[in-house]
Amino acid sequence: MKPADGPPHQLGLTMTATVSISAIEKRFGATQTLKGVSVDVAAGEFLTLVGPSGCGKSTLLRILAGLIPQDGGTIHIDGAPVDHLAPKDRDVSMVFQSYALYPHMTVRENISTPLRVQKLHRSARMPVIGRFVPGQATARAEIASAVEAVARQVEIESLLSRRPAQLSGGQRQRVALARAMVRQPRVFLMDEPLSNLDARLRVHMRGELSELHRQLGATFVYVTHDQVEAMTMSTRVALMMEGEIIQVAPPQEIYANPADIRVARFIGSPEINLFAAEADDQGQVSVAGRPTGLRTKPKGPLTIGLRPEVIAVNGGPSDIAIPARLNRMERLGHDVLLHVRPEVDADTSAIVRVSAAEVEALRMRGHLEERLTLGAPAASALLFAADGKRLPSRAAQGVQAAERV
Amino acid sequence: MTDLALHTPAPDRAQRRRFGARISPAFGYAFALPSFLLMLGVLLLPIALVIAMSFTDYELGATEFSFVGLENYATLTDDRGFWKALINTLYYVALVVPTSVVLGLLLAVLVNGLTHGRKFYQVAFFLPVTSTLIAMATVWKYLLHGTIGPVNHLLVALGLPSIEFFGDPNFVMPALAIIGIWALTGFNMVLFTSGLTAIPEELYEASAVDGIDSPLERFFTVTLPMLGPTTMFVVITTSITAFKVFDTVAVLTRGGPQGASDVLLYINYLEGFQYMRIGLASAITVVFLGIILILSLVQARIIERKVHY
Repeated sequence: MKPADGPPHQLGLTMTATVSISAIEKRFGATQTLKGVSVDVAAGEFLTLVGPSGCGKSTLLRILAGLIPQDGGTIHIDGAPVDHLAPKDRDVSMVFQSYALYPHMTVRENISTPLRVQKLHRSARMPVIGRFVPGQATARAEIASAVEAVARQVEIESLLSRRPAQLSGGQRQRVALARAMVRQPRVFLMDEPLSNLDARLRVHMRGELSELHRQLGATFVYVTHDQVEAMTMSTRVALMMEGEIIQVAPPQEIYANPADIRVARFIGSPEINLFAAEADDQGQVSVAGRPTGLRTKPKGPLTIGLRPEVIAVNGGPSDIAIPARLNRMERLGHDVLLHVRPEVDADTSAIVRVSAAEVEALRMRGHLEERLTLGAPAASALLFAADGKRLPSRAAQGVQAAERV
Repeated sequence: MTDLALHTPAPDRAQRRRFGARISPAFGYAFALPSFLLMLGVLLLPIALVIAMSFTDYELGATEFSFVGLENYATLTDDRGFWKALINTLYYVALVVPTSVVLGLLLAVLVNGLTHGRKFYQVAFFLPVTSTLIAMATVWKYLLHGTIGPVNHLLVALGLPSIEFFGDPNFVMPALAIIGIWALTGFNMVLFTSGLTAIPEELYEASAVDGIDSPLERFFTVTLPMLGPTTMFVVITTSITAFKVFDTVAVLTRGGPQGASDVLLYINYLEGFQYMRIGLASAITVVFLGIILILSLVQARIIERKVHY
């Protein structure tokens, strides 16, 4: 990369702003797409809106951009309400899933469009005759150097005179990013920008986007249905379902401490294992009649969630023990996924993630053909009430750890 | 590595096995022959025949004819009537094509932007396409009539002189062009509408975020460039249809007054079916086909440079 040869366009750390979304509602006909969504985004934060398709995350992003009006609630950017402002006056940029590049324009013209609108007089933007409008030379020079600068930053300088049809998916993605960056907006909105790329490129671009966010220091609001993108890039993750934000937390927190059974199921791959359980009058939790070393508050039916990696197979005495039989194995290389069927409940199945070495050890001892014991420490178990809300739990004191089965 | 690949034996050019039988490649051609002959007979042969006949003095019903070389073409170049018809046709095309394309585009954009009544307007503007032009020509004859026509009543009411549209050599081609525009605009609108629905919504959203908020600028930045392929198709089909103007002339003016509305197909029809001079009519047909071919090629070439698929 060349040293800065004095371009007036410095991509600095100044362009950042808080975004405050409060009680946003949106109806399309009879269906309520957004049911009063509120979330505050700190300046310079990378907030990911993640959720299954149809949960309203893209709608929320479009309301944020000013592309569609909300039916209720307000949006503040940098403390000032923007609900009455057109998209261009909100000082936001957006990257679209399809990249949405103008096919008849070169890469240079595509990237310069936001600046041309901002800096050139309307008459100078008209096709053909616009070129002869006087007094625009300084603005044109500024635009040209700004375009060069962002093109250098996303490494597409050599593509500037091509048209989008002549570019690969990854290159188009970079052009779309450059077009969003060139105006130096305070907030970047991204609508599933990586979902049209192939798997390998997606992994690469995840890293680049994180790096870009670090460099620019701008506020990013990023929409995706891919939990891996949410987990790897975000400062915080907002999990949306059925038009509501269920939990907003840093990636590790939302994984380790889900507030709701739906969050626990959406985040984490393979999915969390869920077992039906029961709490007795003393608060002791048992799975299919077997007492565990877990205690919780209200009595009654509940659900125990165990992540695939916290379960040990035939690992000796543990707080929670569930007998199971092996259905099949998926070898992922370093790890192996054991698909097992707990003997206590014929309908459920569970997935255990163990290392290849452990599986080899189990196989050598001939354990894989026999009944297995799935064990987990009480501290790793997540308890959910019948309505899906997270329950507090603690390891029972003085209660004998469940016997090996 | 190659051992693991699915092994496909190199196709044997001379003999190929199908269902265990050895089949000679000639069989393939044999099966293709009927459709090839059909295409030859139905599409290519008539054109070849017309070209051949344009070099003869054949007249319908004549028992013999002789080859006269380029004499028919020489006759045409000396014939003022032919040149008049050619110029009239070009005049008609020049009036009908730009107007019906621009109007069709305008209507498509306006109707597409409606939230209510979109279907009604689409059907209404498409009606002239479904109605037969000859039947509707009577209505137009009445509308544009020199004395009883409502259009003339309107002109007179506005203090303007009345116009004998089909009797005035200066107005007969524009009058026919109005009918042609009326008949074609709805069709062009439907074609443009289908082109409009293919434009991705995200492109409009991107232009809004980029700050393009005047409808006119949005039209020129997103809509028009994205309609490139549709426009090419519309211009070519409209040009060909306009060149083939015949029915309104035959029914309303018969080339009159004083040949002011003679068009290529109409004199073609007169030569071939009224005067029975098939040789000369064939020469006109060849000229006509040549013009359409050249026009289509030129348009495709010009517009292709402006179209981005």
